[in-house]
Amino acid sequence: MIKNTGAARATEASRERPARISGIGRILVAVYGVLALAATGRSFVQIVGRFSEAPVAYSLSALAAVVYIVATVALIRSGSGWYRLAWIAISFEMAGVLVVGLLSILDPQLFPDDTVWSYFGRGYLFIPLVLPILGLWWLARHRPTRGAIA
Amino acid sequence: MIVWFTTAQVAVAVVAGLLCVALGLAGRKPSDLSLGALALVELLLVVQLVVAIVAPATGNEPVGNMLEFYTYLVSALIVPLAAAFWALVDRSKWSTMVIGTAALAIAVMVYRMQEIWTTPVG
Repeated sequence: MIKNTGAARATEASRERPARISGIGRILVAVYGVLALAATGRSFVQIVGRFSEAPVAYSLSALAAVVYIVATVALIRSGSGWYRLAWIAISFEMAGVLVVGLLSILDPQLFPDDTVWSYFGRGYLFIPLVLPILGLWWLARHRPTRGAIA
Repeated sequence: MIVWFTTAQVAVAVVAGLLCVALGLAGRKPSDLSLGALALVELLLVVQLVVAIVAPATGNEPVGNMLEFYTYLVSALIVPLAAAFWALVDRSKWSTMVIGTAALAIAVMVYRMQEIWTTPVG
């Protein structure tokens, strides 16, 4: 009975967790992946189709897309370097959605066409607003404490 | 696009998505059932691609932005493949939920594709 508890569970857990991402965190990564794809697709269409109409908004779309890709990769990879990169990328998204969201309401002229972040990500079911909050919370809960985990 | 086919496709993707999320919540690992449901979603996307290519020649002309339409369609074709790859690498109940998430994302994307097809540019 004793054998089946603590130690066995711990080894099983460590075997199942080779990467930092485990459990519900994988859903977070999946949603990040989908958002990265959505942002990349949108900025591709905007830049190829009509870049001259709103260069600022479309460049921002492309930047947002790149940051989502970086965040997705950084969440998947383990190691303290990737951990720091995930913090930077997700903090950047948080700042982006708040600043652009606010600016697009205060001065709609600045962004004549929508970006992922306009109106706090309204065009994407507000996922761009909710996701960085979940991401930062998740990172805070899962610091790589046990030395430098490779 | 063919409206009845697209409607059926969205319905299949929603059912497949809810099924896989439910299977994942129940603790089931990716199985023939969940991966089969995902395969069906992917198959319908391939049919949709053929329909989109053939339709204009038969008088079913799109009025929307075709660059945007095909960006959606190509992205949609990639999503189930990525989810299936994930499920094969990581055999846990979370992968089953990832499959469900992917199928639900496809439902939204196909719905958007119908909107783009029928919304005039400008």
